[in-house]
Amino acid sequence: MLIAERQTLRMVSLFDILGPTMVGPSSSHTAGACRLGLMARAILGGTPERARIQLHGSFAATGEGHGTQRAIVGGLAGIAPDDMRLRDAYEEAKSAGIEWSFEEVDLGEEAHPTTTIFHVEGGGEAVSLRGASLGGGRVEVTEVDGFAVRLGGNYHTLVLQAHDEPGTIAAVATILAGHRVNLATMRVDRTGRHKDALMTIEADEAVPDAALDAIRGFPWLRWARRVEKIA
Amino acid sequence: MHRSLESLLRDARESGRDVPQVVLDTESAESGIAPEQIRARIGRTLAIMRAAIDEGLKGEVRSASGLTGGRARKLAENGPGLLGPRVTTTLARAIATLEVNAAMGLIVAAPTAGAAGVLPAILISMDEFAREGEERLIDAMLVAGGVGGVIAHRASLAGAEGGCQAETGTAAAMGAAAVAWLSGGTHEQIETAVALTLQGMLGLICDPIGGLVEIPCIYRNASAAMQAIAGAEMALAGLDFPVSADEVIDVMGEVGRRMPSAYRETAMGGLAATESARRLVQIRPSPKPVGISQ
Repeated sequence: MLIAERQTLRMVSLFDILGPTMVGPSSSHTAGACRLGLMARAILGGTPERARIQLHGSFAATGEGHGTQRAIVGGLAGIAPDDMRLRDAYEEAKSAGIEWSFEEVDLGEEAHPTTTIFHVEGGGEAVSLRGASLGGGRVEVTEVDGFAVRLGGNYHTLVLQAHDEPGTIAAVATILAGHRVNLATMRVDRTGRHKDALMTIEADEAVPDAALDAIRGFPWLRWARRVEKIA
Repeated sequence: MHRSLESLLRDARESGRDVPQVVLDTESAESGIAPEQIRARIGRTLAIMRAAIDEGLKGEVRSASGLTGGRARKLAENGPGLLGPRVTTTLARAIATLEVNAAMGLIVAAPTAGAAGVLPAILISMDEFAREGEERLIDAMLVAGGVGGVIAHRASLAGAEGGCQAETGTAAAMGAAAVAWLSGGTHEQIETAVALTLQGMLGLICDPIGGLVEIPCIYRNASAAMQAIAGAEMALAGLDFPVSADEVIDVMGEVGRRMPSAYRETAMGGLAATESARRLVQIRPSPKPVGISQ
C-alpha cells in the first residue's frame, strides 16, 4: 500500500511509551542525537572518515551537559542509543578512523531547536544532510544534499537522485513491486537547486540487491542509496 | 493505540477482555508483531528497569556535572519511613533510576528519560510487597502503556512542549493505572486513579537547573511516584472525581500549550533561573560520568 505523506512520524506505538531503552540522560538530546548520527552514517552508506557537524539552538546551548556531541559521534561510529559503548563514543569513533569537528550555528527562530547539519565524507562519497531530534528519541531528516526529504529512519529507505523526466517514478515503483517490496511512503522533490528530482521511498522490507542494481541501470539515474532501518 | 481512556475501557467492557489484553491486542494489530513477542519485549524492558534501580541504589553513580548521584542510597538507608516502608522504598527507587540516567547509564524512557524513574519504582515496589510476579507486571506495564498512549494522542509527553506535568505527570498517571489494575481495581477505579493523580500534577513546570536532566528532576520523579500511589489509594477506596480522566488529560494539554516558554525546558525560568542554580552550573563538568558498571 502506498500512502503519500502518511503521518509516520506522529504515529505512537506501545514501545514509544514504554521506551526507548537508552543510555541517558535525555531522549531528545542523547538518544535522538545518536540516531541523527546513525542517519548520517546510513545515508552516507558507511563509516565516515570526516564529519563536520553544525549544532543549532538547544543542541548548541545544552548539548554538552546531555552528552549530545558524544552521542552524535557515537551514532556516526554505528553505536546505537541503547549501547553502553556510547559512553566511550569518542574513543570508539577515533579507533574507527573518524575525524570530526563541531561548530555552533544560528539558523534563526524558524528552525527546530535541535536542528543539526552534517557534512560527512567517506569511501569516496560525500553527503550533506539536515535533521532534528523531535523528542522521545524520534528524529527526522529534512534535507539531503539540498533536497527536501522526510526520513525518520524507522523504515527501510531508498534515496535516489534522477534526471527529472516522465516515467521515472513508475519505473522505480514497478521494480520494487516486482521484488515484493511493500511501500509505506514515497516522496519526490524537484524544487532543489539542481535540475534533478530526489525520490525518497520508505518500505516495510529491505530493498534487495537485485532491485537496487536494476534501478541503478536506468540511464536517467544519478545515484541511488539504500538507507538501513535504524529503529 | 487508543485515543481516549473511555474508548479503551469501553473496548474492554464490550469484548469481555481484561484491560492489558485490549492494549496488547491493539498493539499487535497495529504493529503486526505477535502478542507473545510484545510480551517478551516488555519483559526485557522490565529487566532493564530493575537493573537501573539496582545500579542507582548502590550509590556509586555520579553525573558528569556532579549535580546528582548517591542520593537514592542515602534515602533508602536514612529515611525514617514516615510514609511507610513501601513508599520510602519507592521514592528511593525513583531517584535511583534518574541518577543512573544522569550518569549516562542504561534506562527505559517511559515515557521519557526525564520521567524514567516513576513507573519502574512503582512496579518493582508493588512486586516486592505483593509478590506480583513477572506476568502480572507485564500486564501492569500494558495498562500503563495504554494510558500513556492516550496522553500522547490527547496532550504531550515532552517537557519542551508541556512542562514537567507532561513528563512526570504522564508517568504518574501511567503508574496510578498500573497500581489500580494490580490491586484489582474496577475499570471505574482505574480511570479515577488516572484522573486523581494527573489533576494533582497539573501546572507543574519544567525548569531544570543548567538545562540538565538532574535537579529538580530526580526529586520530581520521587514525588510523582508518591502522587501515583496516592491517586490509586484514593480511587481504590471508592473516592470519586467529577471530571473524567480524558478531560483531565485535555486540561493538561491545554495548560501546557498556554505555559510560557520559560517554564518549558529552556532553563530560563523557575528554579533554573535562581541565584543558587546559577552558582551551581558554574561548576565545570568532568569529562565523563562515573560509577556505572558496564
